[in-house]
Amino acid sequence: MQLGDLPAGQRILLPVRPATIVASFAAALALAFLPWKNVALVPDFVALVLAFWCVREPRLVGLGTAWLLGVIVDVGNGVLLGQHALAYSLLAFGAIQLSRRILWFAPWGQALHVAVLLVLAQAVALAVRLATGADFPGWILFAGPLAGAALWPAVSALLLIPQRRPPEPEAPRPM
Amino acid sequence: MEHSPPPFFKRGPAPLVRLAFFASLSVALLVLDARFRYAEGLRSALALAVYPLQVAVMAPVELALRVAGYFSDQARLREENAMLRARLLEASQAALRGEAAQRELAELRRLAGAAERLPVEASAAEILYHGRDPYSRKVVIGRGAQHGIKAGAPVVNESGLIGQVTRVHALASEVTLITDKDQAIPVQVVRNGLRAVAFGEGASGMLELRFMAANAEIQAGDRLVTSGLDGTYPPGLPVATVVRIERDAAYTFARIFCQPAANVDAGRYVLVLGTEARVAPYPEEEAAAASERRSAKKRPRRRDSDAAR
Repeated sequence: MQLGDLPAGQRILLPVRPATIVASFAAALALAFLPWKNVALVPDFVALVLAFWCVREPRLVGLGTAWLLGVIVDVGNGVLLGQHALAYSLLAFGAIQLSRRILWFAPWGQALHVAVLLVLAQAVALAVRLATGADFPGWILFAGPLAGAALWPAVSALLLIPQRRPPEPEAPRPM
Repeated sequence: MEHSPPPFFKRGPAPLVRLAFFASLSVALLVLDARFRYAEGLRSALALAVYPLQVAVMAPVELALRVAGYFSDQARLREENAMLRARLLEASQAALRGEAAQRELAELRRLAGAAERLPVEASAAEILYHGRDPYSRKVVIGRGAQHGIKAGAPVVNESGLIGQVTRVHALASEVTLITDKDQAIPVQVVRNGLRAVAFGEGASGMLELRFMAANAEIQAGDRLVTSGLDGTYPPGLPVATVVRIERDAAYTFARIFCQPAANVDAGRYVLVLGTEARVAPYPEEEAAAASERRSAKKRPRRRDSDAAR
């Protein structure tokens, strides 16, 4: 490996500030709580942002955060308590396990990995609901996770903005 | 001598252990909520914590709706106003006739010695948004425990029953629509008084009368109203119209599909009806007598079994 051969799109970034992470989760929750007409078609923004931070900062954001966010989403959406908590825990685990692999891919390659994770999380929620007696709402249910994965390149570019190094002018050297 | 990693390598329990911990915590919550309904306290506390965020998110949306309403077409508003006036005239006619009929009915009921029906109180509410659960059919209305809404109250719009309040928060309530899969309503056929139970069909937006014998006296076009037998829904609310009946000799029961009378998925305003004091108290002496009879029946049997030993 050459010295300048960093993983695609990975430049040297500033360390992440915890406030950025908290603010991004708050924004994702706000988007999730908008009065959507058909929630099955809407990408799960919370899952997407969670997957992003689990991939980028697996030592800061982990299963505990995922579980807590899941319970908040469950309560805010008025669904079975624990449904999203379970799905997000599994999603965070998968994202952390895959984090080193995912970062080597270009944005669209990363999006493919994330699509698998998001679909699996949705499938877990579906399995839970079917087990508790709900009826199957149709395959349209998986449109949301796929749309979320399609948003991955944009979301990851957006969430990395605060960590981008400002272009420093070369300091004039003495002599 | 013990070897332990230096402190900067410590990363807590292994990932699989953590996953097992949080997954089992989630499953425990699921079981508590789905099976025993123990989690309602935790849910309402968390709901109160999430509420400010939800309000903050809703505010710009409401503002946009209001601004859009402000700029709506004047011609359309006038047309709507005229239509509403005509409808009000019709409704007041019907109300006058209804009042007379009600007085007459009350008199007849008094003569016949039947219990008097109390007037049902109602409060108007606005539908805030659709439920955010693709697996169930719910709407959220902007009235809650602070406005005196109680869980179990029936919810109607101008053309009939649309659902039932199933969860009450402080300032909002969840209404399960009659087309939800878990929703059951005791109904009666207007034509002949046949009683049945209508179940929601889920995604198709229809209702189904289950457990009706294949030869039940019912036909397409029959109107169904609430029977009032459960003490939850007041009697006589329009519920649905029978549209299709499948009678198959292979099954014991006919499959009867009905179209809801009210347009369940449209409209902005609903009425939440009160649920109080419509149920006659259960006759206590008879119940006590029945339980005595039952225990009296049991005792000799036990003696017999003792004797047999």
